[in-house]
Amino acid sequence: MGNPMKIRAAVKDGVTEVKILMQHEMETGLRKEADGTLVPAWFITEVKAQYQGRTVLETQFGQSVSKNPYLLFRFKGGAAGEKITVSWVDNKGDTRSDEVSIAG
Amino acid sequence: MNAKLIIGLAVSAALASISLSAQAGNTAGGLDAKTAEIVKRDFRDKGIAKATRVNQDELQAMCSKYVDKLPAKIKTRLEAEQTDAIKWPADGKYMGDWKAGEKLAQSGRGMTWSDKAEEPAGGNCYNCHQLSSKEIAFGTIGPSLLNFGKIRGNTEANQRYTYSRIYNAKAVNACANMPRFGHMGILSEAQIKDLVALLLDPESPVNK
Amino acid sequence: MNTSNVKKLIPLLVLATSCAATAAENEISDSDRIAQYREMISDGNPADFDEMRGEELWKTVAGPKQATLEKCDLGKGAGVVKGVYTELPRYFKDTGKVQDLESRLLTCMTTLQGIPEEEITAKPFASDKKASDISSLATYVVGQSKGIKMAVSTKHPQAKEAYEIGKRIFNYRAGPYDFACSTCHATSNVRIRMQDLPNLNVRKDAQTAYASWPAYRVSQGLTRSFQWRLNDCFRQQRFPEPKFASEATVALTMFLAVSANGGEYAGPGLKR
Repeated sequence: MGNPMKIRAAVKDGVTEVKILMQHEMETGLRKEADGTLVPAWFITEVKAQYQGRTVLETQFGQSVSKNPYLLFRFKGGAAGEKITVSWVDNKGDTRSDEVSIAG
Repeated sequence: MNAKLIIGLAVSAALASISLSAQAGNTAGGLDAKTAEIVKRDFRDKGIAKATRVNQDELQAMCSKYVDKLPAKIKTRLEAEQTDAIKWPADGKYMGDWKAGEKLAQSGRGMTWSDKAEEPAGGNCYNCHQLSSKEIAFGTIGPSLLNFGKIRGNTEANQRYTYSRIYNAKAVNACANMPRFGHMGILSEAQIKDLVALLLDPESPVNK
Repeated sequence: MNTSNVKKLIPLLVLATSCAATAAENEISDSDRIAQYREMISDGNPADFDEMRGEELWKTVAGPKQATLEKCDLGKGAGVVKGVYTELPRYFKDTGKVQDLESRLLTCMTTLQGIPEEEITAKPFASDKKASDISSLATYVVGQSKGIKMAVSTKHPQAKEAYEIGKRIFNYRAGPYDFACSTCHATSNVRIRMQDLPNLNVRKDAQTAYASWPAYRVSQGLTRSFQWRLNDCFRQQRFPEPKFASEATVALTMFLAVSANGGEYAGPGLKR
């Protein structure tokens, strides 16, 4: 299982803003060690966010995304205290899922 | 020993010798000596950067002590000494290849503990100076050298002067920020000539 | 509200951002743009993870003595972390020395937890391959001083002396390039290549610079400690390596911290 994410969600004027900071190496597969050996690709391929069990964001990631990616998105609706769940999957099949309550 | 004598000692220690300064306690001279002691103890070899690099020559010690504002007498003496130590090219020629000079000017490598001994040092020129109009990533610690040759002219006297400034900038200004590229063995005679050409050759992008 | 609405919203936002950037192109300098970028990602600073790691380490039993660091006295009493960084370095009675955060953590780890000093100083900095405990601990502690003004005291004679020695180290020219810290950091409004340099003899510059370390370096993907920052300066000065938590580094830190007095501490920071 991957390392925990840091998620913050807050609702304002009927729009919920979700900020997600993920911990991941995001290796491109193109980088070489000092001795010339290739560092194998290892990156998040998919990020999903669910609000009250419904998917509100589904996105594909690739090698071009930096180490420890930061993602911000907004959606209409949401209320303080309700839950947002974010999960990712990487190319090695590892996953991570974290949950946060929407702040008022 | 009376108080006046101690103060007298402290002042002379601050001006000339740091060997007496241990007696001077927390005076400027005492702190200078203590600083030198601490620095010598607290730095260690790493890669090609040996601990002995913290040992100062007189110029470094004086510029440190006076924070780059030397008393006129010391400044004049040090500059004369640095000038006398310049090793001029045996063939009497100062100009090399500006293209090689441009490559050298671009490189900021050399002599750090993460550099390898066998890799030659770069000129580090663009770190501090504007040179070619084509290069926009230039530093501003040193003056702009854009059109250096166009403004000053490619005369032999100016070639010699330019060679000396790169070989040892401290010959003109004892506490200049610029390294002494020839004096300290950072760049070879041939490399310095390439840099002179970069600055003065009418075909060089510095003058275009 | 449905999924497709959200998906439409994202490209729209991206478009809006790029238009704004084009319109303002001629008025915004590169430095301003970097500041904008920092602002944009400031609440997504991956240094947070190092802070979390440090907090965990602080509260976890470790070493031959099987103790946590919760009794560590960083200057405001055993276990207090809130605001301590803004008063470091300081003189500590128990060791009889002026210590900065990292050297004090070293004292706590050796005395409270019984971890051999060589074990800690062998791994003072984080690398690609491995995190460094003492570095993460420092990140945690500094995070507890966010928003508090720097107030480092030189009242104790030894603290005053450390400051004076630190100032001299700042101006100490040596090595094949004759460089001192002051070669790059004692003039205002200059840069090396494209990198703006703070003039650390000017209070405002010193405050901003000091307040932003330790910092997450995006280009390295690592949170870097204050002593790492000093080390990398010495590397570029073509100096040998300063010993970790040595008197020389504490003195220099003292000089820089005092120069930053009055400024609000804002770290851990985020850098290119």
